[in-house]
Amino acid sequence: MRIDLEPRAGRSRIAEWVAPVGALIAAMLIGGLLVAALGKSPVQAFFVYFVDPLTEAWSLQELAVKATPLVMIAVGLSFCFRANLWNIGAEGQFIIGGAMGGWIALLTHDGVGQSVLGSWWIVPAMLAFGAFCGLLYALIPALLRVWLGVSEILTSLMLVYIAQLFLDYMVRGPWRDPKGFNFPVTVNFDPVATLPMLAPGGRLHAGVALALIVALAAALVMARSLFGYEVRLVGSAPRAARFAGFSESKLTLAVFAISGALAGLAGICEVAGQIGQLQPSISPGYGFTAIIVAFLGRLSPIGILVAGLVLALTYIGGESAQVTMKLPFYLTGAFQGLLLMCVLAADVFTRYRLVIQTGRRA
Amino acid sequence: MNVQIIELVLVTIVTAATPLIIASVGELVVERAGVLNLGVEGMMIAGAAIGFAVAFLTGSTFLGALAAIAAGMFMSLLFGILAVGLAANQVASGLALTILGLGSAGLAGASFVGQKRESAASLYIPGLSDLPLVGKLVFGEDMFVYTALALVIAVSWFLNRTRAGLALRAVGENHGSAHALGLPVRRTRMLAVLFGGACAGLAGGYLSLAYTPFWSPGMTAGRGWIALALVVFSSWKPWRLLAGALLFGGATVLQLHAQAASIGLPGQVLSALPYLATILALVVLSLRNRRGSIAPGSLGTPFIPDR
Amino acid sequence: MIEAPVSKDQAAAEPLVRIRGVTKRFGSFTANDNIDLDLFAGENHALLGENGAGKSTLVKMIYGLIAPTEGTILWRGAAVALKNPEEARALGIGMVFQHFSLFDNLTVAENVALSLPRTESLKTVPDRISDIASRYGFALEPDRPVWTLSAGQRQRIEIVRCLLQDPHLLILDEPTSVLTPQEAEALFGVLDRLRGEGRALLYISHKLDEVKRICDRATVLRHGKVVATCNPREESARSLAALMVGSQVKDVKAAADRTYGGERIRVDGLNLPAGDMHGVSLQSISMSVRGGEVLGVAGIAGNGQSELFAALSGEAAARDANAIRFDGGAVGADGVTQRRRRNAAFVPEERNGHAAAPDFSLSENVVLSRHAESGVTRSGFVDYGRAQNLAGSIISSYDVRKAGPDPAARTLSGGNLQKFVVGREILREPGVLIIDQPTWGVDAAAAAAIRQAILDLAARGAAVVVISQDLDELFEISDRIAVIHMGRLSEAKPAGAVTREEIGLLMAGTASGDARAH
Repeated sequence: MRIDLEPRAGRSRIAEWVAPVGALIAAMLIGGLLVAALGKSPVQAFFVYFVDPLTEAWSLQELAVKATPLVMIAVGLSFCFRANLWNIGAEGQFIIGGAMGGWIALLTHDGVGQSVLGSWWIVPAMLAFGAFCGLLYALIPALLRVWLGVSEILTSLMLVYIAQLFLDYMVRGPWRDPKGFNFPVTVNFDPVATLPMLAPGGRLHAGVALALIVALAAALVMARSLFGYEVRLVGSAPRAARFAGFSESKLTLAVFAISGALAGLAGICEVAGQIGQLQPSISPGYGFTAIIVAFLGRLSPIGILVAGLVLALTYIGGESAQVTMKLPFYLTGAFQGLLLMCVLAADVFTRYRLVIQTGRRA
Repeated sequence: MNVQIIELVLVTIVTAATPLIIASVGELVVERAGVLNLGVEGMMIAGAAIGFAVAFLTGSTFLGALAAIAAGMFMSLLFGILAVGLAANQVASGLALTILGLGSAGLAGASFVGQKRESAASLYIPGLSDLPLVGKLVFGEDMFVYTALALVIAVSWFLNRTRAGLALRAVGENHGSAHALGLPVRRTRMLAVLFGGACAGLAGGYLSLAYTPFWSPGMTAGRGWIALALVVFSSWKPWRLLAGALLFGGATVLQLHAQAASIGLPGQVLSALPYLATILALVVLSLRNRRGSIAPGSLGTPFIPDR
Repeated sequence: MIEAPVSKDQAAAEPLVRIRGVTKRFGSFTANDNIDLDLFAGENHALLGENGAGKSTLVKMIYGLIAPTEGTILWRGAAVALKNPEEARALGIGMVFQHFSLFDNLTVAENVALSLPRTESLKTVPDRISDIASRYGFALEPDRPVWTLSAGQRQRIEIVRCLLQDPHLLILDEPTSVLTPQEAEALFGVLDRLRGEGRALLYISHKLDEVKRICDRATVLRHGKVVATCNPREESARSLAALMVGSQVKDVKAAADRTYGGERIRVDGLNLPAGDMHGVSLQSISMSVRGGEVLGVAGIAGNGQSELFAALSGEAAARDANAIRFDGGAVGADGVTQRRRRNAAFVPEERNGHAAAPDFSLSENVVLSRHAESGVTRSGFVDYGRAQNLAGSIISSYDVRKAGPDPAARTLSGGNLQKFVVGREILREPGVLIIDQPTWGVDAAAAAAIRQAILDLAARGAAVVVISQDLDELFEISDRIAVIHMGRLSEAKPAGAVTREEIGLLMAGTASGDARAH
């Protein structure tokens, strides 16, 4: 017996939707086995993870808040991945964006520097500076690749560790709140340095709306603009892209800049909208989870919007499963890895037919 | 500095380099077969968790090491099904493996956090191990260190001297031609991936069985990624791997000693050294090879046999 | 169907290979349909057919690379089901591939060792290579890495690989397509000796002259079926061509009297270092092409053709802007898009992945080379409606056959995709056209249509450079022919005043008196 892959003639629209949904179901089934192996009820876990968070208003809002960084980062990554470039250091760009944007909040703490212009500019400046620093940080691996041909995969990943250590040093050292009883945290951001809420009393901050705008704009750019065409062409047929007259180097820098800026923006939104101060760790691995979001969303911004909500669900469900079912925290991570594997396997079936040959006619 | 301190430093460099050597020699074989498995970190941590668990429960370091190997191989099997069998994108599959490995290792090792056990014993040959300077270095290491060295020798011999090694290089160089010649491309790659998994698992096992006496969820700390960089740095040649790993082991030890000696630099800067060194090494290497890539020809490209 | 002329002793002898009713289907497509074929020891049997007629599929089944869907292959009278090429080789079947299955970074000896049975020792391989090479009269250094060798030398590795196993049947897939006429002569000598030793040869080709010269019998395939088995020496090239194609192919007609306009392409001392270590560097290339003129560039594969195309198209820009001029404007330092804006158009050799993106639809592929035109993009956004209209007019003007309204490029057959790609450029009415291997792997009807379109464009006043390895094609459509060898371009000579032999010598680099080349 041998198993062969036979290319399908065309890609069907239905398969594009069936594949990620099928992958999600497959991952849930395997995850259920895992839960059963831990001696807990898979059915109960399914409800705690995927149903309960959808039944209450506050947890729905929490879902949108958790999905926000995932969607922002994943939209940026989709540009890279479409162009066949592998920025896997979004976690680092997220941290740098959050740290540097938050720095402006620290500088303007207690009304400093607001005598002339007032305080209206602080939040926009934080967002812009956070995104800009994320962009610069992402350009390091991009430039090394363009200039010297260094693999962007390894350099972008190494820079994650360096970003984590940088933030750790800053909040334990220069940025520490002197009145914070030696806790490694900064002062709480002033209200003028935090993102406004979309509705009073709710949990939704302005970053949520920003993520939605980012996704819609990216969808338009990807589908209709010449730049979107360029990105898709470079990823699909690099030699044809050169023949089309597109510069691979410029495109590499551009997509890294976009994904770095969006990761940085996500970072500062998380800090200024959700956490409200800087601390040694500002991300539960959003930068890596966003890779899964990008693939589950089939690298399309609208798909990413949906996929971001699904992965946000695993975070919230995972937290309550820890409390109510005493399921280990790492179950969520294992499930996310499983999900990405299933998504990648399912994607193969949208492009190929599996042909199993048993024996052969002589 | 007296002889004893120099010897101590050298011994710690070797121990720091050992997991890098074991993991990267496995990945080197995988890449020579044309497959890029970015999941080394995930396979290592799985090996560390399962290895510690089994050693803790059975009391045997040897069984722990075997379990670590098995865990790494199981993880690599998943990757192999995806990237070799189904020809899925290798970069994404490797990332998935890393995420899955970190998660499931945390899951498997949850009940062992905070437990301690006796680390693997070092060799002791009366007389020889007591020789000044080289005694501990050459005759007083634990079994993992000797295994690492043996692996490098064996892999180098296999790749350059055996027919199977030649076939593996051919598969990595040009899978289309290899297939046309009737070489079993997918089987070769699958076996290479499994070997890589075994090595990564063993490297992880070393961390929890010999390097430290305990298991903790983030204990690989990017060593899997550094091992990947080392393979590039070695230009896919086993012996250069040894030199690269010792260099990195040196950077790690330097950082530890500098922190202990409190030379004024913040600890975080020193902790960042191995990662900075990795980037620097990749840059230096690409400066040296500006004329063209020396990577195996079909590295990272999925293979689908034509009809 | 013409009956097989089997000689008396062949009729008495058991055929070495007997193929009966072999069919191979890929999904709904039938590549081989109920094939019968006999191969005898001591004969050179030609397998003739157009691209896509099913020749490769058939030999892949004989060589064990793929399995038949139906039918039987008998080896010395016994049915065999070959699981892989290793089993085929164990029986005594060897194959020399068209695109060599060699490993560039391995040495000659390592390449040979890979195809030997596992029981053979690696150490004796170099000596055995030297033995074979001297027995058949050619040189081969076992320790050289393959990437340093010429195409002819590489082919010898393939042949040595096969001969080391002392095969009873040797399959050769288009063996002369990469050789100079002189190298081909040498190959024929080797083949004659092999046949004389009682081996069977299966010689795949579409070059009728060759087949008439060296083959004893020929089997002709068309659309996956055997349409005739004949003695090629008794057929005319024309009758063989008619069997292959099924109908008379229209002759390409050039305008009766050509009038040339002013100079439109001028290349002056163009130098371009090789992009990577396996590449060829271009050295002081000069040419001049007038409006209405077709300049043919002949040469053996790998002598700088793709580099020349890249330099002319702007994919690899030169340092000196003045090295290349289109219509008087210095474009040497410009990129592809800027050169297109000067009304130049380009068609590279490789359709899939270079001229077109295989996974993109045809209308998206229109954008590929025409995004700089007003109307196709507006303020950074693509007008896909306009692209669809353009695709529609290309498809109807060039009779592109396709399935569905706007299918992915990879679903088109080679000939249809090539017509689309050529049509995309020619419909722009360019003043300058650079085209590399315009009819490579294209069926005869499509090839004729493409050549006609090139000639018509030239007749309308464009300057055309055709780079091709097909000498027949160049003599058919060129006004002048130049030869590229190791990155140097010979002086162009009028096509009517130069012989194939002269061109052949230039291709081998022996006529120029330029002995420094090696």
